[in-house]
Amino acid sequence: MYQKKECVAMLLAGGQGSRLYTLTEKTAKPAVPFGGKYRIIDFPLSNCVNSGLDTVGVLTQYQPLQLNEYIGNGQPWDLDRTRGGVMVLPPYQRQQSADWYSGTANAIFQNLQFIDRYDPDYVLILSGDHIYKMDYEAMLSFHKKAGSDCTISVLQVPLAEASRFGIMNADETGRIVEFEEKPKHPKSTNASMGIYIFGTDVLKEYLISDDADPKSTKDFGRDIIPKMLADGKRLFAYPFSGYWKDVGTIESLWEANMDLLGVTPSFDLFDQNWRIYSRSTAQPPHLIGPDASLSNSLVTEGCEIYGTVENSVLSDGVIVEAGAVVRESVIMSGAVIRKNASVRYSIVDSETVIGEGARVGSQESPRAPIAVVGGSLEIPPETVIEAGEMVNASRLDEIRRGGDKR
Amino acid sequence: MKVVGIVFANLHERNIPELTADRTVGSIPFGCRYRLIDFTLSNMVNSGITDIRVATQYNYQSLMDHIGSGKNWDLARHSGGIKVLPPDKQGSPGHGASRLETLKSIRDSLSSIKADYLIMADCDGICNIDYSAILQDHIDHHADITMMVKRSPLTGTLGNRITLVESDENGNITGLARQPGNRSEEYDIFMNVAVISGQYLRLILQEAFSRDYHSLTMDIMMKQIGNYVYRVFRYDGTFAFINSLQDYFSYSMKLLADGSFRHALFGIPERPILTKVHNSPPTRYLEGATVRNSLVADGCCIEGVVENSVLFRGVHIGKNAVVRNSILFQNDRVGPGCSLNYLIADKNAVLQEGCVLSGHPLKPFFIAKSEVL
Repeated sequence: MYQKKECVAMLLAGGQGSRLYTLTEKTAKPAVPFGGKYRIIDFPLSNCVNSGLDTVGVLTQYQPLQLNEYIGNGQPWDLDRTRGGVMVLPPYQRQQSADWYSGTANAIFQNLQFIDRYDPDYVLILSGDHIYKMDYEAMLSFHKKAGSDCTISVLQVPLAEASRFGIMNADETGRIVEFEEKPKHPKSTNASMGIYIFGTDVLKEYLISDDADPKSTKDFGRDIIPKMLADGKRLFAYPFSGYWKDVGTIESLWEANMDLLGVTPSFDLFDQNWRIYSRSTAQPPHLIGPDASLSNSLVTEGCEIYGTVENSVLSDGVIVEAGAVVRESVIMSGAVIRKNASVRYSIVDSETVIGEGARVGSQESPRAPIAVVGGSLEIPPETVIEAGEMVNASRLDEIRRGGDKR
Repeated sequence: MKVVGIVFANLHERNIPELTADRTVGSIPFGCRYRLIDFTLSNMVNSGITDIRVATQYNYQSLMDHIGSGKNWDLARHSGGIKVLPPDKQGSPGHGASRLETLKSIRDSLSSIKADYLIMADCDGICNIDYSAILQDHIDHHADITMMVKRSPLTGTLGNRITLVESDENGNITGLARQPGNRSEEYDIFMNVAVISGQYLRLILQEAFSRDYHSLTMDIMMKQIGNYVYRVFRYDGTFAFINSLQDYFSYSMKLLADGSFRHALFGIPERPILTKVHNSPPTRYLEGATVRNSLVADGCCIEGVVENSVLFRGVHIGKNAVVRNSILFQNDRVGPGCSLNYLIADKNAVLQEGCVLSGHPLKPFFIAKSEVL
């Protein structure tokens, strides 16, 4: 017995996120920690719940263990529902074939059965790698009012950056007349945010025909949208204004964390009208030691701070020992910064120990490329890790073997 | 073997009237993000007890809100789980009711519990204990009641409103007392945690009802010593009795000053203290914040100076405010330039710009819930 839903959300969470290097070696990009106590996927999931959407399919593929565990039954987002709720959808074996998801459109195509169960009028397609707050219900109203077949939310970007995005050229009514993927000479600055609302029938029609097309790459941006435009379907651009950040690279992940800081942060986690939910580990309060010094930082439960923390974001259970300095950095769960170590312009992944007196990242301002230390590593005392360096287990072996203290 | 936990959320209100004006003892906030009942509930859950009844008489709105479905303690279950038991049709025995009176008021609900053993625990003790040991001791000695005690001198406010347990060398209880004869000695102090056999509980409830008894210790145990097996179980770990506002203050400060006390409560990985999850964002430290030797929950915003203090969730410390040796409950607002010392502010208090308030270590200044100064 499935209750009909007006709109079902499908969250594409299968991406490997290879540009996050060691941070996504063992976890899918949407499960990468963000902002102290969140993971990237908390943002689209919380947006869904805050927008009144209670049925969400999460399409997973790459390293799904942590992500599945994190989503669980959906309780932190109030998505543990009898009718609807959150459902993790991995690729599966069918009678005729068994395929990995070969593209964004193919992932949805393989899960049409899931969508059919709820008989929705609309399907919202989301991706799991953006930090933003958005009312999808407002976008759905826009979609209905415009009598749209497909609505794509767009963000105004600076002209200089427009060539990094999919650009939607629209007429004065908002109807999309042309789509250009990463154009060299962009005609407008309406960048696609990778958020689509489709009428269910149109979506199914195009997914089925796209699946039969051997030349298709099974991608919404590359295949489905251009085909719909060519067929004269009604596609509309929904203008979004507000904070939106693709955190697909080390630099942008670091920047988005820094955007949480300051008296009036660019992205406000304290907004009571649009709360971001996350799965909490229920740790004790954080402890600030007698000689600690903190400024312009976010600190989460379970931390113990005895050293100096400035302009940084600390996840739960991080320990900063006496004399250690953490500046302009993102430190993830359970990492330990030992005595007199200095971490600056860096991202340190979960459970890693930075040894006594080690130097990680550029030690001087202005900012240099961000250094990354992977999870569960033991960085020996006095090690120097340069700006922009990526340290994972094999790189650490090299450093050790070379007796490389530089 | 079926073991059921009975938690008394209301007992001992009169010891600490300031913090129980509109909440139960069990829902007194402690340690930045916990409530006293979290220790009792977590101890039970961590000891494998997953069928828990919380007896409560009045003022239980905050308690119900805190417990919710019980999911935060993994107690939202079809079989067992947590049930809050307000008084049944005979009504509440009123303020200051005893343990036995509370049990009598939920007699109907209790009669459906077919437990072999029950662990009864109040909420006024802060500790992280595995109850398996006392349970095993109770079973091994075929006891009817086993009382958990802590050997301790009667320091501070301890000595008021407690039960002293006398026993022989085999651990059999020989007497119970309310008032100590000599304050300088060490006594076995009842920790308000006891194991009782299911059959025996049914028997004494019947008797208490028909003879209108009021006190488990005085009307039943004292009269029946020798006829039944009453035993002591000594616990020698960390235990803090919250017997007054002063105790509350000094144990909160002990969390800061004494790492081993903190560790004994929160540092045992297999026995975490569980609590309601609030989904607050991390705490923001802004420029100008100076924080030393303090415990801080999530969701705070700190722009001023904080020293030797305990800050609950969502506290805001304004610019140039100085907070020392104080406990600020959930969502307290401390305006710019305030200066606070030895103060406890209940939740949602607002201290407007420039307030200067100071109490004394033995008499902390208390600000009531939602008070605006």
